[in-house]
Amino acid sequence: MSTLAPESTAHHSLSPDLPPLAVANVKDGFRTRWYRSRSFVAGLVILGVIIGLCTFAPLLTPYSPTQQDLTHVLQPPSAEHILGTDQLGIDMWSQLLYGGRTDLRIGFLAVILPFILGTTLGCLAGYYGRGVDVGVMRLVDIVVAFPFYVLVIALVFVIGPGERGIYIAITIVGWVSYARIVRGEILVAKQQDYVLAARAAGFGAPRIIVRHLLPNVITQAIVFATADVVLCILAIVTLGYLGLGVPPPIPDWGRMIFNGQQFLTTQWQLATFPGLAVVATGVGLALLGDGLSDLLRPE
Amino acid sequence: MSIASYIFKRCLLAVPTIFGVTILVFFMIHLVPGDPAVTLLGPRATPELIAQLHHAWGLDKPLLQQYLLYMQRLIHGDLGQSFFFQLPATTLIAERTGATVLLLVTATLFTVVVTIPLAILAAIKRDKTTDHLIRSLPIATLGMPSFWVGIMLILIVSLRLGLLPVGGYGQNLPEHLQSVILPALTIALAISPMTIRSLRASMIEVLEADYILTARAKGASSARVLFRHALRNALIPMVTVLSVNMGWLVGGTVVIERVFAIPGIGGLMLDAIGNRDFALVQAITFVFAIFVIFVYLVADVSYSLIDPRVRYN
Repeated sequence: MSTLAPESTAHHSLSPDLPPLAVANVKDGFRTRWYRSRSFVAGLVILGVIIGLCTFAPLLTPYSPTQQDLTHVLQPPSAEHILGTDQLGIDMWSQLLYGGRTDLRIGFLAVILPFILGTTLGCLAGYYGRGVDVGVMRLVDIVVAFPFYVLVIALVFVIGPGERGIYIAITIVGWVSYARIVRGEILVAKQQDYVLAARAAGFGAPRIIVRHLLPNVITQAIVFATADVVLCILAIVTLGYLGLGVPPPIPDWGRMIFNGQQFLTTQWQLATFPGLAVVATGVGLALLGDGLSDLLRPE
Repeated sequence: MSIASYIFKRCLLAVPTIFGVTILVFFMIHLVPGDPAVTLLGPRATPELIAQLHHAWGLDKPLLQQYLLYMQRLIHGDLGQSFFFQLPATTLIAERTGATVLLLVTATLFTVVVTIPLAILAAIKRDKTTDHLIRSLPIATLGMPSFWVGIMLILIVSLRLGLLPVGGYGQNLPEHLQSVILPALTIALAISPMTIRSLRASMIEVLEADYILTARAKGASSARVLFRHALRNALIPMVTVLSVNMGWLVGGTVVIERVFAIPGIGGLMLDAIGNRDFALVQAITFVFAIFVIFVYLVADVSYSLIDPRVRYN
């Protein structure tokens, strides 16, 4: 179906008997129908609970996530410490909540730069074609030749561990998916009547890309971004597990799992619960993304 | 287009990518904030030692000349010298290749074994409960850190049930094989949701083809139609799916080798990072990229051998 940019009034004057503004419909539809998608609501609830727990962490636990208590190390779950304590006597429940603050925050922020960079390059490659397209796609080929974790680990290593290294590494590797998705969508969309009309109306390329094409192609990128947040959180947790994540004593689920692995025989809960927290976050985001792609799909 | 000229053209296409990979890997060391020599030497840094390292790494020459030297060595099969081990990177990597290859092959095998029955089941029970269950697998598994899945497998299979070793690689082939079962399973579990989804889609497409209808009309049994006619054709895209996921598979081994203490290339990379051995990290990153490019190439060529239509596109 042909979708119209909300702003293409010039198009209307050229051919009055056009289908209604589909983009506006999708948006209205999203506003009125979002609660009808069961997976979207389920994802929203799961994520809401997790983000709520992390946000209100100081109210939900009496212990600090960094305070060591060497007289109470490796305690099993009890009324005092509901998930027990680790090898330094730090309360696990506190670490879990505060670790979520770290990992979720970095995970959501890490998606922004690849999203912007990939969408921009994808738009340029798709719209201008020829040399620009060849150049961008060559870059994509090069980045894709590296196994994801190999390049991320190598980059974080050379830039240095910590948040800055994670953002830069994920941006260098992560923009490719957005560029591919947006380029593909633009290649189809730019053949549509409304773009040809906008061109005929004499609009410049920047205006056509930003006002006419982008609103129509951004949906797919947004849907991918929800899955990408999961991948980013996984990358952060994995880096933490390998000792390349946020430096201690900042709590992080990955390092918690690494520490817990050494006490697997006696204190299995140490490695298990931080992993379950990652899985729950992943399920929430996957459901949200599934629901979002259903809701944003034009009828 | 003949096979030979297709292969030749496909190889030519890989050249600019390999070239780009060398540039990225070469400039990686220039991403190090500050001076890599100072970073490496830490408190031991003296002006003489720093100058010595700069000279050894060629950092005292102009950038372009450095790159040309790097390329010259690369063409002669020299991936650089490990600073920590004082050995050529190629020697160190070659020592560890066996374990990684065994792990990769086993993981690929497990992926195929898990994927085929589940994908067929989902395709023939299309839109029924079984299909919905199989298709919702990615929702549950997308957010599972594979290293954590590995630890959980150790906890259940090795520690509780005592069936397999907790980690390590053993001394001989039977022990090696036993040691790679759990890590390979971990990797297979991470990849399967993606491969199941693709094979299910191509199975459904094939099941709707005319030649399946013909086979059924001829009175062929359901099993025969499914396995002889449908699966054989649906498996072709499976080659592509596996090769597309090879990047994930190979990247996964880095982390999984650490979890299970498998002495492979991934483990070597993490050791090199621990030793701040820049040259070795650089060499391993390069080898992994070349390996993935090679796998894509082999997949494309074998695809064109199985399905000649590909060559005409």
